[in-house]
Amino acid sequence: MQLTVLLIILALLTVIGYQMGRSRAVASVGGRIVELHSVPSYHGFYVALWAGLPALLLFAFWGASEGWLVMQMVLSGLPDRLVNGDAQSLGLLRADILNLAHGVTTGREPDPEVVAAAERYLRLHALGDWSLLVIGCCIAIGGLLYARGRIDPDLRARNRVERTVNIALVICSLVAILTTIGIVLSLLFEAIRFFAVVNPLEFLFGTHWSPQMAMRADQVGSSGSFGAIPLFAGTLLITGIAMAVAVPVGLMAAIFMSEYASPGLRTWLKPILEVLAGIPTVVYGFFAALTMAPFVRDVGNSLGLSVSSESALAAGFVMGVMIIPFVSSLSDDVINAVPQSLRDGSYGLGATKSETIRLVVLPAALPGIVAAIMLAVSRAIGETMIVTMAAGLTANLTANPLDAVTTVTTQIATLLVGDQEFDSPKTLSAFGLGLVLFVVTLTLNMVALRVVQKYREKYD
Amino acid sequence: MSVQTHIPATAMASRPAAGIHGTKMVARDVKVFYGAKQALKGINLEIQENRVMALIGPSGCGKSTFLRCLNRMNDTIENCRVEGLIALDGEDVYGKNIDAVQLRARVGMVFQKPNPFPKSIYDNIAYGPRIHGIASHRDEMDEIVQTSLQRAGLWNEVKDRLREPGTGLSGGQQQRLCIARAIAVSPEVILMDEPCSALDPIATAHIEELIDELRENYTIVIVTHNMQQAARVSQKTAFFHLGDMVECDDTEEIFTNPRDERTQGYITGRYG
Repeated sequence: MQLTVLLIILALLTVIGYQMGRSRAVASVGGRIVELHSVPSYHGFYVALWAGLPALLLFAFWGASEGWLVMQMVLSGLPDRLVNGDAQSLGLLRADILNLAHGVTTGREPDPEVVAAAERYLRLHALGDWSLLVIGCCIAIGGLLYARGRIDPDLRARNRVERTVNIALVICSLVAILTTIGIVLSLLFEAIRFFAVVNPLEFLFGTHWSPQMAMRADQVGSSGSFGAIPLFAGTLLITGIAMAVAVPVGLMAAIFMSEYASPGLRTWLKPILEVLAGIPTVVYGFFAALTMAPFVRDVGNSLGLSVSSESALAAGFVMGVMIIPFVSSLSDDVINAVPQSLRDGSYGLGATKSETIRLVVLPAALPGIVAAIMLAVSRAIGETMIVTMAAGLTANLTANPLDAVTTVTTQIATLLVGDQEFDSPKTLSAFGLGLVLFVVTLTLNMVALRVVQKYREKYD
Repeated sequence: MSVQTHIPATAMASRPAAGIHGTKMVARDVKVFYGAKQALKGINLEIQENRVMALIGPSGCGKSTFLRCLNRMNDTIENCRVEGLIALDGEDVYGKNIDAVQLRARVGMVFQKPNPFPKSIYDNIAYGPRIHGIASHRDEMDEIVQTSLQRAGLWNEVKDRLREPGTGLSGGQQQRLCIARAIAVSPEVILMDEPCSALDPIATAHIEELIDELRENYTIVIVTHNMQQAARVSQKTAFFHLGDMVECDDTEEIFTNPRDERTQGYITGRYG
């Protein structure tokens, strides 16, 4: 509540600050704006930033550290008998206090000391919120007055504002980078836990995948087997089928769009093709599981082949359709970037259109096309939903596209669905798989980017 | 009336025209439209065999458009319409039994900016012969490549690196490579659209020399903005202005004694 009030007050103060800065700047030169170093609106922004930013920073800092601070204060007030435990019991104690404070009943009779602590927690918390409101307002008003006092015809308000904007931009890009690093680290640490239990060599080169573990010592069941080769093979098979569909179709669509279609047709066709990329993969999954897979099975049966009703072929085909727009759109851009002068040169020598495309345009665009295909491959490898729905979960080690196979991503999804114990190799194996997947797609993307870069150097 | 220009008399096409020159190409009342905009307003011109015809005129006057009509390169431009008659050896190039693709093998083209294919020097030259099936085996192809490069005066510079990419050559070398590439399909006419405008003076001198030599075997039409160049390399000059062909005569005549005052204004540098 107090936080909302604070935010509203801050918003108001920045607006007021902007107006004040602006009008004061204009007044400081008696209306002759040319005499100002910066345009009045920059002075306005300057004051507004001073009013809003410091208070916002305090707000962010408070949000990040308040819970911890208050909890430390509460814990320090508790008797030693409760606090002097190992890390685990301390964590439990913290959870108890929080639960009580937020009115969650735990089912067991709480210690009166803990109840008192919870009350204390709530009190401190409320106090903290109020003080934040007061301090925040003071800082905002202080900043506003400070900045207002500094307004002067010679103040380089524009440079200062631009600097602040620069810093904001840097912070935004840092957020993206840090998130990526965070994802990689979490993946890495869990994967390390997994590889502490399962030998990496067995994982990478074993041919039997059966992650079921016995839950209790007396339980009869498999002991788990983590040879990931069938998953890699399944991924490879499905990706292969998908690319066999997407590359020729996508490439030819791109050639048609960039070389043969009239500009009018192209402006229609390209967005329509790109709509394919916007369909959620779950919907493709429906299509694969309900339409394609039975169709493939029926056709196979009528030809006397035994086709399982969840086949790699159906999933791969639908995935290929999904990837067509990636290949076609990127290749189309690349083909368009081939200079017209090369085409003219070829026509001028008496080449036909198809000869020109085959012998001049495509070779010139090849690096870009290769990059487009690589991006599409990494997309296919990472695709989960279609395979989960249409290709099945059986970890067969087979090259037969009519069999059911499973892929790395599908296994990750099934391993982590529902409640899982995080100390079992079964669950942790998902992170091992994820790490492999990450490394593979990252490599593919980097190679693709390098190829694109080389291509750019050539024509710019 | 004699017009004094800054062109020295010795730079005039020095070689006297040897013998009678037959007519290679004829344009009769050629009109070109880009959509609704008319770019050429009825051009009449005769291009003589084994001579160099220079097309001059200010930018946008239609000389490149006219050039591109001669080998039907305008076909590749959308909503471009050509009216009138253009004949090569008495045969209408826009006629039913002429294939634009075959025509371009007979009427080759060199462009303003050197545009070698991103292939090896050898493959650049062999491109045309290959698509037309001119060489039946390897030795023959090697020979075509060598002769073409020799005629374009590039052989000595590149003979040791035929497998290296054509895009790695200097600008002037690239343009000579493009000329060699055009020669390799043994055209009868070579069209050049400001072939030296992207080159430095030394490379330009090289190409001009080459044009003069090529005249023995080919008919050449060259568009240029450089009037000294027109005077140096051509025997006939046509002056274009605002989509009209104002006047066409022997080069010497045009530069010393132009009949039309627009021509006079342009070559003395009063406008354009």
